[in-house]
Amino acid sequence: MGLPLVESALQWNSGILNANRDPKNDDVEFQITRLYSRFHSLDKGENGALSREDFQRIPELAINPLGDRIINAFFPEGEDQVNFRGFMRTLAHFRPVEDNEKSKGHDASEPLNSRNNKLLFAFRLYDLDRDDKISRDELLQVLRMMVGVNISDEQLGSIADRTIQEADTNGDMSISFSEFIKVLEKVDVEQKMSIRFLH
Amino acid sequence: MKTLLKIFEWATLRIERGAKERNHPVYKPYTNGIIAKEPTSLVEEMTEIRRSGSNRDLDGAFEMSDIFYFCRRGLESIVDDEVTKRFSAEELESWNLLTRSNYNFQHISTRLTVLWGLGVFIRYGFLLPLRVTLAFTGVSCLVVLTTLVGYLPSGRVKNFLSETAHLMCYRICVRALTAIITYHHSENKPKNGGICVANHTSPIDVIILASDGCYAMVGQTHGGLMGFIQRAMVRACPHIWFERSEVKDRHLVAKRLSDHVQDKSKLPILIFPEGTCINNTSVMMFKKGSFEIGCTVYPVAIKYDPRFGEAFWNSSKYGMVNYLLRMMSSWAIVCSVWYLPPMSREEGEDAVQFANRVKAAIARQGGLVDMLWDGGLKRGKVKDTFKEEQQKLYSKILVGTQEDRSRS
Repeated sequence: MGLPLVESALQWNSGILNANRDPKNDDVEFQITRLYSRFHSLDKGENGALSREDFQRIPELAINPLGDRIINAFFPEGEDQVNFRGFMRTLAHFRPVEDNEKSKGHDASEPLNSRNNKLLFAFRLYDLDRDDKISRDELLQVLRMMVGVNISDEQLGSIADRTIQEADTNGDMSISFSEFIKVLEKVDVEQKMSIRFLH
Repeated sequence: MKTLLKIFEWATLRIERGAKERNHPVYKPYTNGIIAKEPTSLVEEMTEIRRSGSNRDLDGAFEMSDIFYFCRRGLESIVDDEVTKRFSAEELESWNLLTRSNYNFQHISTRLTVLWGLGVFIRYGFLLPLRVTLAFTGVSCLVVLTTLVGYLPSGRVKNFLSETAHLMCYRICVRALTAIITYHHSENKPKNGGICVANHTSPIDVIILASDGCYAMVGQTHGGLMGFIQRAMVRACPHIWFERSEVKDRHLVAKRLSDHVQDKSKLPILIFPEGTCINNTSVMMFKKGSFEIGCTVYPVAIKYDPRFGEAFWNSSKYGMVNYLLRMMSSWAIVCSVWYLPPMSREEGEDAVQFANRVKAAIARQGGLVDMLWDGGLKRGKVKDTFKEEQQKLYSKILVGTQEDRSRS
């Protein structure tokens, strides 16, 4: 449990891990240990990495309409295995945002669990081909996944068209990331896309 | 017993202290789950998201923020889900000096290691050989006595002798495992012409129940040693053994069970409706087959105390022999058995509802979590119908209120 754990701690905290016995760090260590144990129990092949089948073995995830897309979010482009670091990196998007959290000094990039990055995660669930635009087809695909067979193609098509119409400001018939942010500016993203640990 | 418990608690505290001194992260098991899950439903949460977003109620239009709900639920289930943790042994709050249940196995102090070493010596050097001998005696007695009884003509004497023989041998087996069993509400013990249902944690359940009363067992015929034992038992009193091919035929199974039940002189049938071993923290879906027969059902709740020995059989990890060895080298198997008052199917209740009612009663008595998931998920995939239910619910949100609008 040595080195990978420390590197993951870095990802998790998005900053330099404080070496002093800060009670907040006890919590972080506890969370990481728990998640490592969870990773281990999901890894049936015991090869230090998870495959898509390992995720699909979770019944609650298998019945989630967006289950496959969420599983995809863990795997980097073209790869079939995700190691613990990758696992933690994806989960780090869902850390709750604390008010007193600021960038730790020379860290110029945003932490993974900022509002922007949470929205980017959601955006990527729609934008399958990673061209930074949600086209009508991509929107239809996600809609179809969520409603199953209960709504007709025409109705679904009109829902998609209306959504794009409302969100599209530059007239290119697709939704870019900035348009996406604008549509969701009043939604409490920080709370809805966070997972809280029990102590 | 109490001294043993005190020693366990001391051992855990020692580990925690040692770990803090060296800045090692200590693994803390939490039985209530590690993340805070809000028990809101799909509808409630969608309303909340939309209301905060655009000051509109659920008025049938799709919102891009709808995926947040599914997204978060999905991630929550990846971090901690309710089902997969039921198929591995329960985590203990304090260490019981067995390596197998220790997640922080590092050298903490000499005193602790010495204590652990002493424990190993006692368990493997002293308890284990004693128990193995007892087990052998018990099983061979069972075979010999039941065969002897089988030669007698049918009648009251035969039944009486067969019951005595069975009880005696099972009690020897119970000693062989050092099982300390507390029976509650023995006035509700199953009577002839009924079915006894219980939650299933391990094959030991059979021995525990059978040492307190006589039951007719149900199961598949095996070859080899198990088959030999089965054939011997059948000679003394009627058990129900199925051929492998007959198991698939549900009508045949139901008919044989109901025939047995209608004969009042035959012993109550013992059935485990979950169909597989669950780790004793929850009760999973009961298969409705045994509840369709229409006779009195006697529910029994079995709860093991895992601090002295983990009774759950993780059949994907350990084989039978390995499992028995682990059982016999633990401190003891401590469990409580509650006999619940008999239940029958009420008017207007179908088999599934009846099964759920019995399940809820067992779960409540044993302090277990009542779950709707199928125990078959241990090995199989989940049915698509559950996903379709969620999709239907969401579609209603999208479309349902639109119909109201077009009407007005």
